[in-house]
Amino acid sequence: MIEHLLVAPIVLPLAVGAALLLVDERRHRAKAIVSLCATLALVALAVLLAARADAPVTHVYRLGSWPAPFGIVLVADRLSAAMVLLAAVLALAALWFSLARWDRAGPHFHTLVQFLLAGLSGAFLTGDVFNLFVFFELLLAASYGLALYGGGAQRTRASLHYIVVNLAASLLFLVGVSLVYGVAGTLNMADIVTRVSALPPADRVLAEVGIGVLAVAFFIKAGMWPLGFWLAPAYAAAAAPAAALFSIMTKVGVYAVLRLWLLVFGGTSGAELLAFGGMATLVYGVVGMLASQNLGALAGYGLLVSSGTLLAAIGLGDAASTAAGLYYLFVSTVAIAAFFLLIELVGRAREAGADVLAVTAEAFGLGTQEAEPQAEVGFAVPAAMVFLGLAFLGCGLVIAGLPPLSGFLAKFALMDALVREEQNPAAAWIVVALLLASSLAATIAFVRAGVRIFWAAERVPPTVRLAEIAPIAALLVVCVALTVLAGPALDYLGEGAQALHAPASYLEEVLGQ
Amino acid sequence: MELIIALGIGLLGGCGVWLLLRPRTFQVVLGLSLLSYAVNLFIFVMGWVRGGRPPFIDPALPVVAGVFADPLPQALVLTAIVISFATTALLLVVLLAARGLTGTDHVDGEEPGE
Repeated sequence: MIEHLLVAPIVLPLAVGAALLLVDERRHRAKAIVSLCATLALVALAVLLAARADAPVTHVYRLGSWPAPFGIVLVADRLSAAMVLLAAVLALAALWFSLARWDRAGPHFHTLVQFLLAGLSGAFLTGDVFNLFVFFELLLAASYGLALYGGGAQRTRASLHYIVVNLAASLLFLVGVSLVYGVAGTLNMADIVTRVSALPPADRVLAEVGIGVLAVAFFIKAGMWPLGFWLAPAYAAAAAPAAALFSIMTKVGVYAVLRLWLLVFGGTSGAELLAFGGMATLVYGVVGMLASQNLGALAGYGLLVSSGTLLAAIGLGDAASTAAGLYYLFVSTVAIAAFFLLIELVGRAREAGADVLAVTAEAFGLGTQEAEPQAEVGFAVPAAMVFLGLAFLGCGLVIAGLPPLSGFLAKFALMDALVREEQNPAAAWIVVALLLASSLAATIAFVRAGVRIFWAAERVPPTVRLAEIAPIAALLVVCVALTVLAGPALDYLGEGAQALHAPASYLEEVLGQ
Repeated sequence: MELIIALGIGLLGGCGVWLLLRPRTFQVVLGLSLLSYAVNLFIFVMGWVRGGRPPFIDPALPVVAGVFADPLPQALVLTAIVISFATTALLLVVLLAARGLTGTDHVDGEEPGE
């Protein structure tokens, strides 16, 4: 029975999503309860899976009991189990947040979220390249629906670009998969490794081209410069719970690169490309953060910074920097998801006039002369505003990587690993400098936005509900918990990174009968 | 045979990329469709172009894998066709919604120069 645990994170959301499709929209309360319970169960399953994956052997599930190179396999090692857990936790928070009003803003919200979860779990767990494509399409199809969710001209306009870019990326994915299949004659990731290493040099080039085309498709999803211009507008326009869920979707691209590149090439050829692409993304994200005119764009560029950091860390480093990068992945994704949820609540506190935004206002010297000294001392701050301010501070600290929260630990661990790295010290130091610069830029951007929002002279106390505050608080608690439990988390991910860099157990368990 | 298929893929792909870069949403949809045809042909050819190979295994003959056509690319193409069909349908809906909401069929939702 326990061996079927591996397929459960895919089957459960798929079945629940399909069943919810049949229930009428008017019974939204029942739908919400079912969806929330299913997501809670998914979190529990993911915890079980992650606990079970913490073992020297890699767990493999053969669909239909077909032997390895012929059938599709699902593989759960520490990394994939932890990614499933992250997706489930984010989905739980987003669903909880949506209960206040978003889940009634349009049809089939819960179905879309459940299908997205099924696609995410499948993409993290699968050990077959074409199956990865199918799960990518599943999660993308659900994400198109979520990007459009709530309607409106701006959302439709942004989604159109998002959909077209991702469809083109999917076609590249197919080209890459078929090239690899044409040369290696297999789609199983572990089998590709053994076949590609045995190929004659002429065919090996073709296989490398295939993997390269695949990598371009993944880079588009991860938002790597110069393929990531679509990301910030689309995410900024999406509804708050959808955007919070999207914050893990760039990480699916990073995950796929990490998995396939380390498995097939053992992290050698193409490392410079990955590292420089990551650095360029980092710079682009930093500039974007500083220039952001609204909070949604700030969060979007924050995601690009996080993607760039990860790609650079993966490209440059050894297992130690990969482990630190993975810890950074978890921390930054949770914080940015919380920030996407927070943006909507903060937006309610701003008046229409406040849309003359921070950067422009500073550039034109607006709003500086209004600060006359006031005689009042005890200005009553509404409780909601206090919470929003604290949550904003928390998100800012984690995203910018300032102490005392987990963002600082993640960046520090990453820098520590990069400094120790010996293969390419010059590039490693550049990345360290860029990381520091990105922290500074994020601090400036957050302080500037925070001052304009929370210290503004005239403001409307926002009406927020407990159901909207609670998930943000919960995500921040996750960030704090990751700070307190940084040791065990880093150990777990360190083991996972070791297994990625030396995939003997993976190959043996998948191919061995 | 290889040359004809390669030229076909190149023509479809080239037209698809050109249309994909056009400013009108309908052209973009057509471009994506052409590109997906090119990719489908490409996947199909990855099973190698060889004539006269039976698709089914005759139970009377001894099974020699090299004699039969590779069924996997056909299964992959089928999956790819279904997925691209569904996503094109979805894109058409978004296209119509964008046309209705913004009043223009430009991909940016506004006419250039406005």
